[in-house]
Amino acid sequence: MSLLTVSGLTVRSGGTTLVDDISFTVAQGDRVGLIGESGSGKSLTALAVTGLLPPGLTATGEVRLDGVDMIGGTERQRTAVRGPVAAIVFQEPLTALNPLMRAGRQIAEPLRRVRGLRGPVLREAVHGALREVLLDDTDRIARSYPHQLSGGQRQRVAIAMALACRPRLLIADEPTTALDVTVQAEILDLLDRLATAHGTALVFITHDLPVAARVIRDTHVMRGGRIVESGPISSLIAGPAHPYTRTLVDSARRFDAALERTARD
Amino acid sequence: MTDSPRPDATRLASPAASADPGAARPASPAASADPGAARPASPAASTDPGAARPASPAAGASSGAPLVAAEGVGFSYRGGAPALTDVSLAVEAGRNVALVGESGAGKSTLLRLLLGLATPSTGTITFGGQPLTRGRLRDYRRSVQAVFQDPYSSLDPRHKIGRIVAEPLRGLGLGADPARVAEALDAVGLPADTASRYPHEFSGGQRQRIAIARAIVCHPKVLLADEPVSALDLTTRVRIVDLLSSLCADRDLTILLVSHDLGVVAELCQHTAVLERGRLVEQGGTSQVLGAPSHPYTRRLLSSVPRLPG
Repeated sequence: MSLLTVSGLTVRSGGTTLVDDISFTVAQGDRVGLIGESGSGKSLTALAVTGLLPPGLTATGEVRLDGVDMIGGTERQRTAVRGPVAAIVFQEPLTALNPLMRAGRQIAEPLRRVRGLRGPVLREAVHGALREVLLDDTDRIARSYPHQLSGGQRQRVAIAMALACRPRLLIADEPTTALDVTVQAEILDLLDRLATAHGTALVFITHDLPVAARVIRDTHVMRGGRIVESGPISSLIAGPAHPYTRTLVDSARRFDAALERTARD
Repeated sequence: MTDSPRPDATRLASPAASADPGAARPASPAASADPGAARPASPAASTDPGAARPASPAAGASSGAPLVAAEGVGFSYRGGAPALTDVSLAVEAGRNVALVGESGAGKSTLLRLLLGLATPSTGTITFGGQPLTRGRLRDYRRSVQAVFQDPYSSLDPRHKIGRIVAEPLRGLGLGADPARVAEALDAVGLPADTASRYPHEFSGGQRQRIAIARAIVCHPKVLLADEPVSALDLTTRVRIVDLLSSLCADRDLTILLVSHDLGVVAELCQHTAVLERGRLVEQGGTSQVLGAPSHPYTRRLLSSVPRLPG
């Protein structure tokens, strides 16, 4: 059975259809990309999958996350899968982190709530989670408030928080867009390594094809709320079938080619 | 290899860039005439207030002075460690400059100094070879305009586009002529009726076009562009980069681009300067700096750039 099954998912706001009848599955250990521009519906898909759609938006169709009905299920059922089954990392770690809470406490929260850890065991688990995302100075980081950390450190804390309960699916929504290029490369490597180490399935959402190509295997290209093309990313890049996919590939190639030229000259 | 198999290369890379970058550096009168020749002088540029604009060949040839330059500039925020140390960077006519570095490297601080929003602690900012003084600020603003990263925060949501784009004209006392606003909107590829609408009606890419229209409405010589495409989707990014490079060609405009996107830098800029922790660690022709980086930090930046496989 697939870890995540999305079938005929449609998200509406009043009379406007924002996500239009999309279907895909994610199995244990998969690396799936949702690629599209702002407004293509990729982030709403992620929110619908985790049952976190903002008020005013309604989802129809079927979303099953580890067997739990994320559209028709009760809030209690849906809450139970968030954390142990699926977790999200957002683009801007500042919005995901509580500005009034030290980083250590934020990571401790899911560990306490879901895994029931307390006292020194909890403390050690928090430090372990920080070491796992390659934050060495764990004492200082755990004591810091989000504003005292750099953008890269914040995103690492957010990843540590998301992975704290060992979810089987990690949804990363533009996790590196707000970061510098070198930090972006480090975070992508980190996600890649951790997903492999724990066998975590990864749903990676981005508009940036070259970034996606670093971490994912299978791709769904979204446009105007629909999936317009699906397939392994390597074949999509080598032979895009849909005109929009071709535009995406051409755009990425433009800047790659400009860099190649500097290397040749 | 001939130019024919890659037509966009000939369009984007100016002759100066493909030639030896070192040779183009010393701005001799001959050199400054060259980029001018490469740029088709558009009719718009010549009919424009030519009287107020010192004819560019004369300005370039008189002293060979860069349009704008930082000379040995240092800056510390109050009570802080130096944000910039001994930075020298020149923007010469027709030669787009990229300023590359990470958050906290001092890029935005240098931009603030170049905009005259702060005064350097040491060194000077020069404009046409002369130190930038308060008395010359009005002239300076007319010649040097800016575009910022976030097209959502840089446009006043309560004003119509026409008023937003006319802002520099009013500020500089040039009169908010709707014809000039229409001309600027046209130059960035927006229809004239854009002027009567509000920012929220436009997408990110369109807003960035509006911000660019505002920056070029007074026909500046230099555009300081602070991460102008990093908030945009990849395909929109391509279109805005194309727009910027065509504006350079048509309007006698030179760009100082602050960016960490090396692909965009390679497309748009002939000169690249790398800033790390407040110091320029490397600068020179873009093909030299990015093609054969000498500083470890530049190499790290380059190896971090995500590229398509195959």
